[in-house]
Amino acid sequence: MSTVLEVRDLRKSFGGIVAVDGVSFDVNEGEILGIIGPNGSGKSTLFNCILGQLKPSGGDVRLDGRAVTGMRPCDLNRLGVSRTFQLLQVFPQLTVRENLILAGQEHRGTMLSRLVGPRDAGLTQAADRMLAFFRLEHLADEEAGGLSYGQQKLLDAAMAFMAGPRLALLDEPAGGVNLTMLASLRERLKAINSEQGATFVVIEHNMEFVMALCNRILVLAEGRIIAQGDPGEVRRDPKVIEAYLGH
Amino acid sequence: MRRSVLAGGALALAAVFLLLAPFAFRPYGIFILSMWAVMTIAAIGLNLTLGYAGQVSLAQAAFVGIGAYVTAYMTTKGWPFWMTYVIGGVACFAIGWVLGYPALRVQHHYLAFVTLAFNTLVYLVFRNEEWLTGGIYGISNVPRPSVLGWSMNSPREFYYFCLAHLALVSLAAWWLIRSPWGRAFIALRENPIRALSLGVDTRRYTLMAFALGAGLGGVSGALYAPLVQFVDPTPFALGLSLNLLLMVVVGGPGYFFGPFLGALVAVLLPEWMRFTEGYYLMGYAVLVIVLMVFCPTGLLGLVDRMFKPSRKTAAAEPPAGAVAAAAQSDGVR
Repeated sequence: MSTVLEVRDLRKSFGGIVAVDGVSFDVNEGEILGIIGPNGSGKSTLFNCILGQLKPSGGDVRLDGRAVTGMRPCDLNRLGVSRTFQLLQVFPQLTVRENLILAGQEHRGTMLSRLVGPRDAGLTQAADRMLAFFRLEHLADEEAGGLSYGQQKLLDAAMAFMAGPRLALLDEPAGGVNLTMLASLRERLKAINSEQGATFVVIEHNMEFVMALCNRILVLAEGRIIAQGDPGEVRRDPKVIEAYLGH
Repeated sequence: MRRSVLAGGALALAAVFLLLAPFAFRPYGIFILSMWAVMTIAAIGLNLTLGYAGQVSLAQAAFVGIGAYVTAYMTTKGWPFWMTYVIGGVACFAIGWVLGYPALRVQHHYLAFVTLAFNTLVYLVFRNEEWLTGGIYGISNVPRPSVLGWSMNSPREFYYFCLAHLALVSLAAWWLIRSPWGRAFIALRENPIRALSLGVDTRRYTLMAFALGAGLGGVSGALYAPLVQFVDPTPFALGLSLNLLLMVVVGGPGYFFGPFLGALVAVLLPEWMRFTEGYYLMGYAVLVIVLMVFCPTGLLGLVDRMFKPSRKTAAAEPPAGAVAAAAQSDGVR
């Protein structure tokens, strides 16, 4: 099993506040790694530093052994790393199908071929397959802004998988999603993981969801990793109970 | 369906009107219609930058000016029109590209001020660099071009020349908006951070949005010079930039036909309202205020809204069968 993502001693401080304080971990191919921790423990900042949205104050990020620290998000995305954000991020005025087409189009051809080349190149088909997979096909031609919160959340996740990423970092995919949809989302994620071999890193507050989905869990508190292991181990770890589950 | 039939009908009517209008109007009327075509081209450019890509620009008049001055300067020196036209357009494209760089750092009202300063700078060059631009006296006797030996000298001929350009520019803009670029521009406007995370190179698209908008400003200017046959600095001051912004906003930013309608309001309405003498500007101002308060998405936004309610309610309710099926299959797992 090879290592997809290596994070070494990553640091990020905002003025005097150290949000990420020397975090190191590996993500193995095909695994679903969960990251949990109390609010303000630096989970989202960690994601933003790994993905180039923020410039880390120190440390290294490697993708398949290649240094990608501080690389622009769009370049990283085209190397097969995709993400979702904690807050909902769809394009409200594009239709659901167009949201997905957009998520795939920059992975094909060049800037020039996207202007003068063939319009579609199978993107509509790919988008419709993704819609069917997430059971959103009946909403394909609606503006994304008109969907319910849960539906937009599914669309958001679908967009992250449109280009067939090797590695997907999902920031609270289950936040605000109702129970029925949650089960459906978990199934979809597991299916993508097993069928396409995509690797996941998932930040999540919903313990049940994390425990059921992830193979391994990192616990972050005050910018540091305080525990890691399989869901059972983490659940029993007294440090975790103190920092997180106990509250 | 009804929507597209109506839109197609309106479009066909407009095309017939534009083709036949010169036979019904006196030369001044034809001049105004030509000016509408020229300003629409500049507004289409600004609509790309502002309406689609969401980048505020108060410098469009500067690009119209650069296009106009390049054409005026070179054609009066004996260069063929088509060459000055290409040079003017390319120069504006390049300068627009460079002006896009500040947009990578600042947005919204800050960007408005950056572009405003640029417009002022260009205006001052037009006015003060007499050796090049003729200063406040400008450049007069700008010749009108001929196409394949056919002179475009009369108002009617030159009107068709402008109209043909408008048609070409419209087709190109339509092509661009329907291409992945159009989608990327909208993504840039609606959520640049998400767009970036989906592989959209927001830096390149931002620069392109500026460059293309500026290039069309240049094309507009290249037609403006032979239309008026005289260029001086005054028309290219900030006022025109604001007017072009108004055209885009009144017509409906991010709507393909917005600039056509906006330019109609901004160029033709003042002429039609002349009978009110000094009051037309006041009336015009009140109209704009009312429109912006009740429909910030412009005239086409208003039209869109009139057709939409029925569609929206239908959208909110997914077909009952689909919900049941989804619930069922979720339940099975």
